[in-house]
Amino acid sequence: MSEPRVLIVDDHQLFRAGVRSELEALLEIAGEASGVAEAVRCIADLDPDVVLLDVHMPDGGGMEVIRRAAAAGGPAPVFLALSVSDDPEDVIAVVRAGARGYVTKNISGPDLADAVRRVHGGDAVFSPRLAGFVLDAFAGPAPQTDSELDGLTPREREVLQHIARGYMYKEIALRLEISPKTVEAHVSSVLRKLQLSSRHELSRWAAERRLID
Amino acid sequence: MTSLASGARPRLRRDRAGGWIAGVCSGLARRLGADPALVRLAFVVATAAGGLGVALYALAWLVVPAGDAPAGERRRPSSARASVQVAVGSGLLLLSALLTFRALGLWFSDAIVWPLVLIAAGGVLIWRQSLGQPDAPEAPTRPRPVPTAPEQAAPATRDPAEAARTAAVAVSRTGVGVALVIAAGFAFLQGTGALSAAKDVLLAVFAAVVVLGVIFAPWIVRLVRSLAAERSERIRSQERAEVAAHLHDSVLQTLAMVQRRADEPREVAALARRQERELRAWLAGRPAPGQAASLGAALEAAAAEVEGRHGVPVETVAVGDAPLDPATEAVVAAAREAMTNAAKFGGGSTVDVFAEVSPERLNVFVRDRGPGFDPTQVPPDRRGVRESIVGRMRRHGGRATITSAPGSGTEVELLLERSGRDGS
Repeated sequence: MSEPRVLIVDDHQLFRAGVRSELEALLEIAGEASGVAEAVRCIADLDPDVVLLDVHMPDGGGMEVIRRAAAAGGPAPVFLALSVSDDPEDVIAVVRAGARGYVTKNISGPDLADAVRRVHGGDAVFSPRLAGFVLDAFAGPAPQTDSELDGLTPREREVLQHIARGYMYKEIALRLEISPKTVEAHVSSVLRKLQLSSRHELSRWAAERRLID
Repeated sequence: MTSLASGARPRLRRDRAGGWIAGVCSGLARRLGADPALVRLAFVVATAAGGLGVALYALAWLVVPAGDAPAGERRRPSSARASVQVAVGSGLLLLSALLTFRALGLWFSDAIVWPLVLIAAGGVLIWRQSLGQPDAPEAPTRPRPVPTAPEQAAPATRDPAEAARTAAVAVSRTGVGVALVIAAGFAFLQGTGALSAAKDVLLAVFAAVVVLGVIFAPWIVRLVRSLAAERSERIRSQERAEVAAHLHDSVLQTLAMVQRRADEPREVAALARRQERELRAWLAGRPAPGQAASLGAALEAAAAEVEGRHGVPVETVAVGDAPLDPATEAVVAAAREAMTNAAKFGGGSTVDVFAEVSPERLNVFVRDRGPGFDPTQVPPDRRGVRESIVGRMRRHGGRATITSAPGSGTEVELLLERSGRDGS
């Protein structure tokens, strides 16, 4: 597989420049966008493979970019949320909108490049913090009314716990004695559940988190 | 009457605890299995009909012995339907009694008695509604507060359909009560012949209100709007001042320090991390590190402290939380020791801390990606791991497991079973 072409979307010029300088040697940078409208235009014009998406921007932020790019019906890149925010509401919302993963902005350059390649290859990327949020959001018994989408399997829970503990996928595979591909499959399945689950607690949980934290 | 007492029903006793005056009505209602309000209504109406009610009440006060209901026994008619039937039945009985009194001549006059009956009925309904249900649902229209104090989550537990039904019952009861009282007023005016005069007055007042309303409506609307706008503007500027004060005390100070020490990268990084932590805590509405009240906050504070002292990033992820008690404090202390070790011997790699709290157990993992070591090769005089981590956990009924191998980092797992505690 050739190196993925990356579009960097962030409203801070300084941050875009930083990411570009870190990734330039490792991946191909297709372009930069500083706002929602520009990002949507760039996706249509440049046809990037992966969009590194800031969660917080004026005019709706990352979620709005995902929504409008999908509505435009043009090229369908993969979205990876990249944010300083560790507000669970924002994180869960952008992942539910369709991002394939979420990493925090203090991630190192090589790790970020690795995450980009991973989402480009069809996998999901969970940072320790996102894994923690998901475990928290899916804690408690699932509502009886709904399907298997509303709960995590014990294995998925185990994989998420290892991610939260700071293990890489390869290490998790070793520790759980499964193949790295199986770890990927579990993580992708958790992402799918996060995006499709009808668990109403998911949004309420995120909203209440601020109060009961 | 007491001779009729069957086993199932309580005997006739005055219910002083549940009554208003001497508990006659309440006791009688208990005996009959009816709503006390209806019995009281009956007495009031009987009083209107020639003072009979007062006489009967006084007699009952003298004759019927006092005796309070056992706690669980004070009951209401079993269902709404039964209570409607009881109400209709009592109403009909009353009506027939009144008509009998009227026929016998024990009567003041139609113009007084009938309005009094209506007023009493409506008044009972209204008072019952406003006094009897202190937990009537309130509309939760409060704006969302700034996330500082822990908010109560009580309203969320109420079933919305149930609440709506209760509200509907409350509104219809109050409405019927008000209608009865107004009807009573009209009946009285009609009976005394004052209504025709009152009609003119009412018409004049009504016309005046409409005219004034039309004239002043735009002005009133504008006044209300400008008041609301002014209020929200004031709140906004207060908030802005508060945010500005906070940013000035924290972020701007740190930025100034960073500029002055630009040639000491380690120090600058540590400053930035500490400021980031504080700002995040503030944004999330958590107390600043240092005044921790829960396990999660205490771990966060320990992470900040280790990070500040050793200049190694410590990432904390917590799922669930628990209050601090001697056992959880021991876990925090052991975790702090593990973090310190990870920061010292982890070769500068990021330290990951993951805490998971469930009702059954509390798990904390501290992991570094340093060179690792062989746990069997630790000299016996090194007390850090043995005493501060393993021993401390064991003393509080938990355990610590250390996993490490040369080249693959170190992980310390702290486990505390919580079964038997009240999970919170």
